[in-house]
Amino acid sequence: MSENTFNLDGSPVPFEPGQTVLQAALAADRYIPHLCYHPEFKPHGSCKVCTVKVGGRTAASCTFPAQAGLIIESNTEEMNALRRTLVQMLFAEGNHFCPSCEKSGNCLLQALGYDLGVTTAGFRHMFPDRPVDASHPDLWIDFNRCILCELCVRASCEVDGKCVFALSGRGITKNLVVNSPSGLLGDTDISPDDKAAHVCPVGAILPKRVGFAVPIGERRFDLSPISAQALADAPRSQTPAQPCSSCEGSE
Amino acid sequence: MAKLRVATTSLAGCFGCHMSLLDIDERLFELLKHIEFDRTPLTDIKHCGPCDIGLIEGGICNAENVEVLREFRRNCKILVAVGACAVTGGLPAQRNHLDLGACLTEVYLTEPGLAHGGIPNDPELPLPLDKVHPLHEVVKVDYFLPGCPPPADAFWQFLTDLVAGRTPELGHGLIKYD
Repeated sequence: MSENTFNLDGSPVPFEPGQTVLQAALAADRYIPHLCYHPEFKPHGSCKVCTVKVGGRTAASCTFPAQAGLIIESNTEEMNALRRTLVQMLFAEGNHFCPSCEKSGNCLLQALGYDLGVTTAGFRHMFPDRPVDASHPDLWIDFNRCILCELCVRASCEVDGKCVFALSGRGITKNLVVNSPSGLLGDTDISPDDKAAHVCPVGAILPKRVGFAVPIGERRFDLSPISAQALADAPRSQTPAQPCSSCEGSE
Repeated sequence: MAKLRVATTSLAGCFGCHMSLLDIDERLFELLKHIEFDRTPLTDIKHCGPCDIGLIEGGICNAENVEVLREFRRNCKILVAVGACAVTGGLPAQRNHLDLGACLTEVYLTEPGLAHGGIPNDPELPLPLDKVHPLHEVVKVDYFLPGCPPPADAFWQFLTDLVAGRTPELGHGLIKYD
């Protein structure tokens, strides 16, 4: 095995120093299921869907640094069963009513469920009581569908420099909050052109008035599975994330 | 080979899943070479007898739903939750974060523009449950066929797999949540 190569499911994957296992795999046209990872942002490592076995121990491949000689198992029944359980827990924890969600067909959580063969949430649904924020003229938030991936938080801080979103609370009470005195999106300076307005992988942050411009059945993941499309964005170059002025020193 | 006996019902559902089953169109004739129907809305048989397969559409929103679901579970070797409502509670479960009493009061007593005839209390009406539940929260469910409704081709794939003695495999385009 050459110097900068690791082994993924029995075949070699080259990497550049500084890449994580997931970044190197995607750049090499190798799919590892993932959800909260986005190529343009600093890996977050929270959803754990990209978990792989590294030398017999589980690790989130989006944050695990690629190293020469690693032996990694990803597309195994054991790992896919774990991923199915994670997706099921996300479905049971929120209110994910796909038939009435305008993100259906373009939703990464749904697409992962399809691709992993999830036919039921399995667990007892929690049916939480969460609000909808339609205060902004061009955007709306349905907190029922938020999976706490923090992509909007990262996009708003790292790209837009506005820090409109944050996660508050711990454990099961953790929730997405909006950075305005009223707590309403309409009282922030978010713009529909912002990265944060377009990065939500589920139907939590959506533009108004375009929900069904593309009919159900003709949407991205209606056409082909997510595993066949996730590589479309690779190779995924990394631009170092810069904290915005309102966040600096807060971590 | 003896035909497999199949029962179907709709609980807190809209019969859309049954309509999608009928959308297998002329393949129904092929299917009927291998199955026969017990209790279904098609036969009008009132109670489920011993069956091989029970297909249940809709979630559980009242006491009668629970009774029918348990009758199916007792009688069916394989019980299948069919459609979004049976699998997740679906649209009726969108009332789950609301107080049931407040819902009934608003609909029957206070909402402007409605008849205000009083909350129905005929003893023949099944009592509503305070929450709507998917089937697997009440009985053991053997298979889940998601979708609103599941595509006709998903019904066909699922049933032909079961008839042939295979574990049903749906795959892309047949597993749908919407």
